[in-house]
Amino acid sequence: MKPISLALALLLVAILPGMSGAVRLPPAAYHLEPVSGQTVPAASPLVLLSAAGRRTVALTVIADHEMVALDDLAAAFQLSLRDDPLAGGMTLTYKGKTIALMPDQSIASVGGRLVSLPAPVVRDGKRWLVPVEFISLALAPVYDVRLDLRKPSRLVVLGDLRVPRVTVRQDLQAGMARVTVEASPRTASTVVQEQNRVLVRFDADALDAAVSAAGAPGLIDAIRAGDPPNTIAIVLGPKFGSFRASAVAVDAGSARVIVDLLPAGLPAAGTPPPAQPSQPAPPAAPQAPSDLLAAPSTPGVRTIVIDPGHGGADDAGARGAAGTIEKDVTLSVARNLKAAIESRLGLRVLLTRDADTAVSLDDRAAFANNNRADLFISLHANASLKKEVTGAEVFYLSPDGYAQAQQQATTTASLPTLGGGTRDIDVILWEVAQMQHLSQSAAFASILEEEMRKHVPMSATPVQQAPFRVLVGANMPAVLVEMGFLTNPEQEQEFASPRFQATLVQALFDAIVRFRDTIERTRSSQSPGPLSRPPALP
Amino acid sequence: MTRVRAFGLILFVLLVAAIGVVLIVVAPRWYAAGQPARPAQAAKETVATRKIRATLFYVSEDGRSLVPMEREVAYGDGLQEQAKRIVEAEIGPVPAPLASALPAGTQLRGLYVTDRGEAFVDFSRELVAAHPGGSLNELLTVYSVVDALTANLPAVHAVQLLVDGREVDTLAGHVDLRRPLVKSTIVVSR
Repeated sequence: MKPISLALALLLVAILPGMSGAVRLPPAAYHLEPVSGQTVPAASPLVLLSAAGRRTVALTVIADHEMVALDDLAAAFQLSLRDDPLAGGMTLTYKGKTIALMPDQSIASVGGRLVSLPAPVVRDGKRWLVPVEFISLALAPVYDVRLDLRKPSRLVVLGDLRVPRVTVRQDLQAGMARVTVEASPRTASTVVQEQNRVLVRFDADALDAAVSAAGAPGLIDAIRAGDPPNTIAIVLGPKFGSFRASAVAVDAGSARVIVDLLPAGLPAAGTPPPAQPSQPAPPAAPQAPSDLLAAPSTPGVRTIVIDPGHGGADDAGARGAAGTIEKDVTLSVARNLKAAIESRLGLRVLLTRDADTAVSLDDRAAFANNNRADLFISLHANASLKKEVTGAEVFYLSPDGYAQAQQQATTTASLPTLGGGTRDIDVILWEVAQMQHLSQSAAFASILEEEMRKHVPMSATPVQQAPFRVLVGANMPAVLVEMGFLTNPEQEQEFASPRFQATLVQALFDAIVRFRDTIERTRSSQSPGPLSRPPALP
Repeated sequence: MTRVRAFGLILFVLLVAAIGVVLIVVAPRWYAAGQPARPAQAAKETVATRKIRATLFYVSEDGRSLVPMEREVAYGDGLQEQAKRIVEAEIGPVPAPLASALPAGTQLRGLYVTDRGEAFVDFSRELVAAHPGGSLNELLTVYSVVDALTANLPAVHAVQLLVDGREVDTLAGHVDLRRPLVKSTIVVSR
């Protein structure tokens, strides 16, 4: 790009936010806080995986957002940086293509196109920091090798490496430990024992692995991922006697390996018994008390509230030309999702309505709050003036405009307790209940988008933020899913079919599993005890 | 010679008569009724025909987003009047293939701008009753009004939609309308 057009690009980025009708995402409310003083190093660095090897880049958390230094990116991706002291901006060049940035703006000019970033660019003296999504939003379009940013696992895959996402979780069942390893996309694997380890080895270059906390004393000492890079290693404890393994294809998109570890003295070594189920056995009665007691205490996701959108005589929601009604579709998907989660994950699932009844938007969020839900999913089907419009979208709350309420958000009140004395409780205003969960809502939205993309057509803007009323008061990670367009004749037909609904349920189910594993992993690696809570925004 | 002289005399008499008519008949009309009437009429005409250029927001041809479009909008005297003219233009006819994001039949009932720059825009009940539903359409409807006012009137920084003079939760079950919304470009074409 010539110097003149460079200057123009910078100028554009500089003046755009002030222009009327400018294309820019609203700044998040917490940007109003001064950013200095909130800068903390992230728990773990960003890992770049390429055919040449592995390399790490430091992450810094600013105002709850993971940021990466431009210098580090320049070194890792062979970019040349040029400070423009006149305009106060910065330009990055890669093979003749240019990205222009301005400090404090959540916008970048990428080869002349404007791209919104989820957080503003921060200039800290000589250092420039950009949100980690910069890699996928701004860098990937100009880079000549594929860049796959996997934000939840802080991983960037360069080129065509096979790096399946792998989640590992374990349950205690009647004296034995069951390790469930799920890989997506579906990847072939072998299970072997080598000395004191059982290895699940995948046909891959590396793993994007999430391992939930260990909880089988005596049988399993530890579970390690990535050593060697394509392997999950279960380190065996002194009580270990034998193991059995089975592989199951969950669906076209993922495969599951189940390794059961049996204590010494039990007669089950070698071949799997004939009755070995092809799926993890659903508990005979959902949430059998013994199971709950034996399960390791997981402060992650235990209760999920599913909200079938609309309902009642006055609120049918969107309508298809053939007569399909949104309130019926959402209820049907919600019921199926509830059944799937309860039988296969053993979690508590509640519906905000289980009939064609009217429930106010605030009551739906309140229902989730009162039941101490750990995740809130509002299901919807969309409508457009044009029947050609298709594609699913996942929304989480956009915080703009709630800034004022945010300032007085978390106050503490002292309440008298029974028997004398007082107890301090956190008072959270309804208008900002969702604010402290935004980053987790965003994380779940992105996971859900990835899982849905495998099965259903997505819109061009698959993850968005919007001021949706039902999300405002939810005091837990919360998203609203528009599963598709009822005004599109083909999609309307699909919505009516049990097969399509089952596909949607599978995508939602997979996203919930991944989110649960991510939460449990981060909490077990960060928190000293189950009582710790995610840090509230200042 | 005498003919020439007689002709000159007739001309002179005619001239005097003409001046007399002007002074006696026309001039009083000018000064009595004519003078105040004329400028008022002219002012009325300029207010009625005076236009401003404004950026309006219409549903794109593919139905997915709002497209900003420069159009002429009637001039309004003062912030509130101008705001009304802009909202009326959003409701009014739209060049194909674009479409208004406001449901057919919707009327502007009133508009009020507070000192804090919050505009309260009161629509007739068709805004809800005739709304086609779906979060996409709802976002398009809401932000066509919010963005048109905030983009063109720097004094307006937030907009709250009312229906029949009252606050509403949402138009179609999604977008939170219980507070003024600031400009957003989530549904504007990039």
